[in-house]
Amino acid sequence: MKAIRYTGLILFLFSLGLFLSSFFMSSFTLSEETFTSIIKEEHQESLKPALDKVFDKKYSSSIPFVNAINSTVDEVNANARSEQKWDKVIYDDYAGSLARASARGFVPNNKLLVFILIYVVGAIGALMFLLPQIKLHGPPGIKHNHIFHNALNNRGWMGILTGVLLIGFYILLYFYPAYITNWIIVVDPLQKLINPSASSSQWFLYGFLYTFAVLVMGVRMILKYRHSKYQIFRTCSVMFFQLAFAFLIPEILVRLNQPYFDFKNMWPLDYDFFDAWHINTLTQSGGLGLFMFVWGITLFAVGVPVFVYIFGKRWYCSWVCGCGGLAETAGDPFRQLSDKSTEAWQIERLIIHGVLVFAIVMTGLVLYNFFGGDFYISFNKWMVLGIVALLGGGLYFYHRKKYVAMSGIKVRNTVAGIVGFFALGIVFSEVSVFAKYMPVDGSNFSFSSGNIRTVYGFMIGSIFSGVVGTGFYPLMGNRVWCRFGCPLAAYLGLVQRFKSRFRITTNGGQCISCGNCSTYCEMGIDVRAYAQRGQNIVRSSCVGCGVCSAVCPRGVLNLENRDEDGRFNQPILLGNDSISVSN
Amino acid sequence: MQKIVIIGNGVAGITAARHIRKLSDDEITVISGETDHFFSRTALMYIYMGHMEYEHTKPYEDWFWDKNKINLKRAWVKSIDFDQKQIQFDGSEAMAYDKLILATGSQSNFFGWPGQDLQGVQGLYSYQDLALMEQNTKDVDRAVILGGGLIGVEMAEMLHSRHIPVTYLIREEHFWGNMLPKEEATLIDNHLNKNGIDLRQETELEEILGDGNGKVKAVKTKSGEIIDCQFVGLTVGVHPNIDLVKDSKVNTDRGILVDENLQTNVPDVYAIGDCAQLKNPPSHRRPIEAVWYVGRMMGETVARTVTGKETKYQPGVWFNSAKFFDIEYQNYGIVLPECPEDSGAFYWECDDKEKCIKIIYKKETNEVQGVNLFGIRNRHEVWNKWLTEKKTLNYIISNLPEANFDPEFFTHWEGEIQKKYNGEFPENQVSVRKKGFLEKIFA
Repeated sequence: MKAIRYTGLILFLFSLGLFLSSFFMSSFTLSEETFTSIIKEEHQESLKPALDKVFDKKYSSSIPFVNAINSTVDEVNANARSEQKWDKVIYDDYAGSLARASARGFVPNNKLLVFILIYVVGAIGALMFLLPQIKLHGPPGIKHNHIFHNALNNRGWMGILTGVLLIGFYILLYFYPAYITNWIIVVDPLQKLINPSASSSQWFLYGFLYTFAVLVMGVRMILKYRHSKYQIFRTCSVMFFQLAFAFLIPEILVRLNQPYFDFKNMWPLDYDFFDAWHINTLTQSGGLGLFMFVWGITLFAVGVPVFVYIFGKRWYCSWVCGCGGLAETAGDPFRQLSDKSTEAWQIERLIIHGVLVFAIVMTGLVLYNFFGGDFYISFNKWMVLGIVALLGGGLYFYHRKKYVAMSGIKVRNTVAGIVGFFALGIVFSEVSVFAKYMPVDGSNFSFSSGNIRTVYGFMIGSIFSGVVGTGFYPLMGNRVWCRFGCPLAAYLGLVQRFKSRFRITTNGGQCISCGNCSTYCEMGIDVRAYAQRGQNIVRSSCVGCGVCSAVCPRGVLNLENRDEDGRFNQPILLGNDSISVSN
Repeated sequence: MQKIVIIGNGVAGITAARHIRKLSDDEITVISGETDHFFSRTALMYIYMGHMEYEHTKPYEDWFWDKNKINLKRAWVKSIDFDQKQIQFDGSEAMAYDKLILATGSQSNFFGWPGQDLQGVQGLYSYQDLALMEQNTKDVDRAVILGGGLIGVEMAEMLHSRHIPVTYLIREEHFWGNMLPKEEATLIDNHLNKNGIDLRQETELEEILGDGNGKVKAVKTKSGEIIDCQFVGLTVGVHPNIDLVKDSKVNTDRGILVDENLQTNVPDVYAIGDCAQLKNPPSHRRPIEAVWYVGRMMGETVARTVTGKETKYQPGVWFNSAKFFDIEYQNYGIVLPECPEDSGAFYWECDDKEKCIKIIYKKETNEVQGVNLFGIRNRHEVWNKWLTEKKTLNYIISNLPEANFDPEFFTHWEGEIQKKYNGEFPENQVSVRKKGFLEKIFA
């Protein structure tokens, strides 16, 4: 058994190693034919002489090649700008398509082989590593031995390394996809299998890797919790929705010349649902497109309140959602890393509801723009930064006041709040300068209905949900995005908190305050704080994963949909007839 | 404003402090030599096994005490002058009190076996014991545990998590034989065996043998067998920790004797939790109950008395729970290891031998006295109501599904239980729970 396990580990590490090194496994040579076939005609004239030094030159990896292309385009643009020939400025991103067409060598020549060696062998290796657990780890039950002794699970070197790799991957994926051309090429055989007329893109690669992770780690989750049917069903559900709804159906729709559409995704998580191009695509694609449009609106307008009332927000967050699916499968080894402090809870409420408001305002402006309105507002940069800093200081002062009696700490935290928020503002404005189309304009912050959408997509859609949300799994737990950032989770949570039949019931006075429930709560809820007082747990953030109930050594917690009246203010049974307490 | 001092920061002492704070502005000081902050003693095993770290076992964040103006003092108390109302610490420091609550907990039993002081021999109760166990179990080829109780099986699970083979000696015929009836105890015996624990029933310790350098080398049983080992866990129960007051004017027996207000014979001195012994316990309770819940309930109660709302300690229906490796255990009401003459026992066991239920009822009236549940979770509230209202066996069996507290989609066993009941009590048929549509599909 152990031999199988180690063989599996070796196979998996081989595949991982091959994946990482395949980054370097082709050379790049740009030919004039490639150039002519890819570059738009109006750009050929200015680009061709500038790229002369690149033609037929062999670059050993994507990095120098992409850099050469990008710097050449930048030079051409700089010239055009200095000559005030604004129409000559090139906004197209050619690096990716040129790199794709210019790749030569092992990877492009052996796509299928490399695909099999990385993904098929990797999956087999992972399964060989996982399956023997059934025998080796003893009878079914909670198997959390040595989680906090483990360098991967407890922010040791392996956890940090994994975090760095993930963060690096997301940065490349979102902002420098041309560098990962080899990785994109490798999944092309699969793309062709699903849709022969398409060729793989960075988003196909991402969707595939995502699904791959959910499926393989889903098997792990099922094995780990095989004594709990709730966990088995739930895991099968997220695996199914990821594979079918998020990955296959949209690709098949495209093959059938229909709009790419994920039927289980919804606004405001799907923040571009109301973008003009998206509305236009759907409304101009015949009956199915219209259905998609109506479906998307119905899902968040009717589906959310109705289903959250009946089942709690778990029906979405831990049974259907893709982000939740990844968190519950690939993220499970890191669930214990979420911060349980009251302070983290306060920050969480502030940020997640802030993002919800941001998403609503942004969407409102996008729609305003769609219906012909225009919005523009500009503020002095230093004024904005000053206000932000004072706001931060005030906020810290206010919330610290409630929790710490010592005034020294109050002053210190207020100062920390001012400095911290000011620094955040500076970072934001610097990032804005760096990422074009963002709202810094000289010494002003300028917001228009167009660029506020860009800010949202960049800050929330890419950085928060991707780089931080997943990249920080091994550092801050597997629900960083769902807990702090997801506007849909905020919306579902508000319904769950105020109008739902769902709660986690505490079993009378049986709690021994051991802390397993709080430790393994991925959302950072201090479950024990409620359980040890005999209270029901009703929290907007609870995604109903059921792990608190599973790890409880005394059978104290149970996820239930019951009569709404019983959620709050019920008398609590603690086994003590001397006193009576209510919830 | 009175000055209340609590000795002991376990669940009893801390619950008392919290409730006193809710009820008054009194000055509260909690003294402990064990740790700076309250932690869950029941979770010590999980620290060793790597399920949690020490920080996770603290039920309140560190700022909580400051915010609630509960002073924490880390010190060992040397003696108490009850006439001067003053506490003497190690060293020359002293502290005055108006009211004193003793919540000093328990100590591990050591019955004077030869060799019990050797290095590598220990009990498990305190935070310090855990640190010691961490040290003592480095490079161990085999461990021996003595004493078939809850701490013993926890220790077995801890060592098992480190892949240290365990030989587990118990005096009784079965695991926890002085608390569990034979059928349930056998079920746990089997589960321990399944987890690779070398369980030796009816085996007593003769002596612990040293290696000549002060370390444990082996144990010798009463039958003369010698078992090589480098670690010996002595988990033969605990006794109230009364060292501090044993030779004082405070009356003690096995524990510190208290009346129904949890007050000792000395005015303004109270005792709660493991260290307290009720002079007149209610008929359904024992005088010393060294469990978490009792400490908590006594803490809640004494807080009212010391703040001027004299309140009698009136524990309700007995309840308890535990976990033996992967099998959860719950108990409501009274189930004795030997079923009394005037009572009957209804028992159902699942085919997998991992789940069972035992219900004790009075033969004459059919009133149910208590239940043991293994591998099935039941609702405390429902059983509390049933037992308080003295429901009959027939009533409880027919309504058993109401008490189910297992997670969604778990297999319901109530139908099987009811079928068995109908077979045994043909004159008292109950209707059998029918499986739902989805249940049939996913069964």
